[in-house]
Amino acid sequence: MNVGVGLPNTTPDTDGALVLEWARRADAGPFSSVAVLDRVAYDGLEPFATLAAAAGVTARVRLATMIAIAPLRSTALLAKQAASVHALSGGRLTLGLAIGARIEDYEVAGVEHRGRGRRFSEQLAYLRGGVDEDLVGPSRDGIELLVGGASGPAYARMARYADGYAHGGGPPRAFASAATRAEAAWRDLGRPGRPRLWGQGYFALGDVERGNAYLRDYYAFTGPFAERIVVANLTSARAIRDFVRGYEEAGCDELVLLPTVGDVAELDRLAEAVSG
Amino acid sequence: MRVSIVGAGPAGLYLAILLKKADRDIEVGVVERNPPDATFGWGVVFSEETLGALRDADQETYLAITDTFARWDRVDIRYRGRVLRSQGHSFSAIARKRLLEILQRRCFSLGVDLTFGVEVDEEPDGADLVVAADGVNSLFRGAHERELGTSVEPEGCKYVWFGTDLVFDAFTFIFRDTEHGLFQVHAYPFDERTSTFIVECPEPTWRRAGLDGLGEEESLAFCEQLFARDLQGHELLSNRSLWLDFPKVVNKVWHHGRTVLLGDAAHTAHFSIGSGTKLAMEDAIALRNALERRSWDVEAALVDYELERQPVVERTQQAASESAAYFARVARYRDLEPIQFAFNLLTRSSRISHASLTVRDPAFTRALDAWFTGATAVVAPPPMFAPLALRNLNLQNRAVVRPDTSPAGAGLALSGFVAVSMEGRITPDTPTIDNWTPAAHPVALQLGHAGRRGACRPRSVGVDVPLRDGWELVSASPLPYGPFSVVPRELDEDGMSAIREDFVAAARRAAELDVDVLELDCAHGYLLASFLSPLTNRRTDAYGEDRLRFPLELVDDVRRAWNGVLAVRLSVTDWARGGVSVEDAVAIARALVEHGCDLVHTVAGQTVAEGRPEYRRGFLTALSDRVRTGARVPTLVGGHLTTLDDLNTIVGAGRGDLCILDLPPSDLESELSPAPKLEESAAVPS
Repeated sequence: MNVGVGLPNTTPDTDGALVLEWARRADAGPFSSVAVLDRVAYDGLEPFATLAAAAGVTARVRLATMIAIAPLRSTALLAKQAASVHALSGGRLTLGLAIGARIEDYEVAGVEHRGRGRRFSEQLAYLRGGVDEDLVGPSRDGIELLVGGASGPAYARMARYADGYAHGGGPPRAFASAATRAEAAWRDLGRPGRPRLWGQGYFALGDVERGNAYLRDYYAFTGPFAERIVVANLTSARAIRDFVRGYEEAGCDELVLLPTVGDVAELDRLAEAVSG
Repeated sequence: MRVSIVGAGPAGLYLAILLKKADRDIEVGVVERNPPDATFGWGVVFSEETLGALRDADQETYLAITDTFARWDRVDIRYRGRVLRSQGHSFSAIARKRLLEILQRRCFSLGVDLTFGVEVDEEPDGADLVVAADGVNSLFRGAHERELGTSVEPEGCKYVWFGTDLVFDAFTFIFRDTEHGLFQVHAYPFDERTSTFIVECPEPTWRRAGLDGLGEEESLAFCEQLFARDLQGHELLSNRSLWLDFPKVVNKVWHHGRTVLLGDAAHTAHFSIGSGTKLAMEDAIALRNALERRSWDVEAALVDYELERQPVVERTQQAASESAAYFARVARYRDLEPIQFAFNLLTRSSRISHASLTVRDPAFTRALDAWFTGATAVVAPPPMFAPLALRNLNLQNRAVVRPDTSPAGAGLALSGFVAVSMEGRITPDTPTIDNWTPAAHPVALQLGHAGRRGACRPRSVGVDVPLRDGWELVSASPLPYGPFSVVPRELDEDGMSAIREDFVAAARRAAELDVDVLELDCAHGYLLASFLSPLTNRRTDAYGEDRLRFPLELVDDVRRAWNGVLAVRLSVTDWARGGVSVEDAVAIARALVEHGCDLVHTVAGQTVAEGRPEYRRGFLTALSDRVRTGARVPTLVGGHLTTLDDLNTIVGAGRGDLCILDLPPSDLESELSPAPKLEESAAVPS
């Protein structure tokens, strides 16, 4: 299993310098990917812009959206943005897409919330099918496409169009159960081989309270569930190692650990915990 | 710290005990609307596992409870005049009344403030923690349904909860056929004088029997008469015993502010797996532990408590719902032989499998295995290794492998989709009957025409991704399949004749190739399936009025040209609104059998691109079961079955006859399968 790290694109007070420094260190460190989150109605950096910046200061790591909310973007622009990051990074994009969980993002983006599943399927077919690729370059060849979501239709979309599944987070047992569903869907759609399985989890190894405060704020829209996400925040090297081991046993291919504190020292602590 | 508990059932009282034990200074009050000696229900059941948890949590109540326990390890299934006994199940039960007495006494001795006969209609003031342990009709939950995300839905049969002075010596299931339908009983002893005796039947049966119009005494008399033979002259006892629906209670969130749900207020699990009281008392233990662990920080402890308990409860509720659904449809299994009927019952909720039952009761699975092979043998292989005879074909075992898997050892190999013609291909690399040869025997040739799902890019890049320059597609109606799909041409009668001829020619070719099973693909939205579903067949001609007409004509043609085993691959639900339902599919399967089909390969969905599938391990098993019992036809089923135990359980219980294996990759296998490594073989002296 590979271990990747999130870029702090939605933690408070992140600036360009922090993102670049973070990406540079991650590229030098033991991580296989850097990943970003996506939220429109929140004070954070746009995922493709952030990955484009990271592309310029990295040479090795994959650049991943975990996930980007596809229906918020017009399909051709989404394809263009993704293909551009892919081109700028020399073919290192992993494009994780889903329909997202917040109606607010749809409202501020001026996009109809109803029918988002069907539109998302069209977008995936467009990205996968090379529709308009002659017109809307650069090439999308070689973009690793992941789909997230926990519903039956989400698993079917994943198996129909994607290379793998992007899990939304939770204990290893929850990941294992989702992985089984993803594999069942993959088989059902007659895909050869098996889906690539990506997992994620939050961590704070220094100022835990600051990390928890960010999670409470970020997940305020979930009401009482925010506290559960706070409880699951990985706040010790031991917790990180147990989590990594649990995900590996559950068959995860790439586990992305997402920062809750935008401080580069966190990256060093994580590198130590993961390598230790 | 002040804790106010509403409801003095097992959950509330046990929590009070545990909190007082944890810290004597905590003020714990319990308020109950009923008097202390009011009882509802007869006995409650515990498993060995629960007893261990109770012993660790409070030795004193554990000793008092186990002192009066009725314990047994047998399950008796009385069916068609036989008693099938299975052992090794370890149950214990206690009178609910006795359990409450023990808990009340312990509360008094620990200084818990118990108040009876007082209705609590608003949250008590001044408490740091309020516990709503007020049962299935919790007032607190009712007042906060929206915040808690409450759902309460009836599940299973109509049921009535009696006692009896007959002391059973096993957990006893009794099935009794009547002119109104099948009735069943769940009975178990709970002390040296009394047993619980629950009678249930599906609502239509209940109405036909006129039970909706009977009062308490009359319906007791009805049940006494119906089960007179089993009661052996003993009587049924009523305790406000009325016919009820079982309410399944689910809450997304279990706490609101400083108030938390405990036991039945938070969740219920159908009585047929006997877990309600167990879950309630485990809740109490988990909540006490969370409070201690979080140093009595109520908010943090309540989050911990939910996180710990919800996954456990969810799994139990899933099993309970499967069990409730089993008892609601059990009349369909009346044709099963007693030993298979019993195995089917024991494995109803996926908590017991062939392998785990073998650990509990080796004699039982040995009897099942011996019966299954049809021999009088004392020793027999497990069900998946029993041969299967279909028409003129004898398959060695029930394991079926996909084309990308080694067929070594399997009973049957699947070919994967083979098109009847170039136009019928799914992708450019789909084999056609003209260039396909069997890689192994016995083999099932999956013969199909892609219809509107044709002309796509190879499946390594995705599914239903259209080629840029494809070929013309045909379907029942001119509706494109998915995004960017080409609009197919509506098949006319000449086109239908040509396709029937293609299938017949392919069937003849299959005979030349010594194919063992010919499987016609009427599934997943391909051409033949497009005629079957109202979502994809909008024709106004005879082939729209009778959606089975074209597929059945084709089956007739092929049946005449093919003497071997004929299978049909069928989507037995469209998983989409307005589409084919399981009931429809059973009728379709019956028609296929009448037209000479020997086997139905049950799959689901993919009729339309935007369906609502349900994926998990074994997601097709229940559907196979429906078709097999409804149309009385052998079935082939997949649905991500990953162990041989899955196969033994499905085949043994009569839920399917042949199973597709999806074995996960194994390091051991790859280590052992290739030839010995070079240096090691070189080290062997020659």
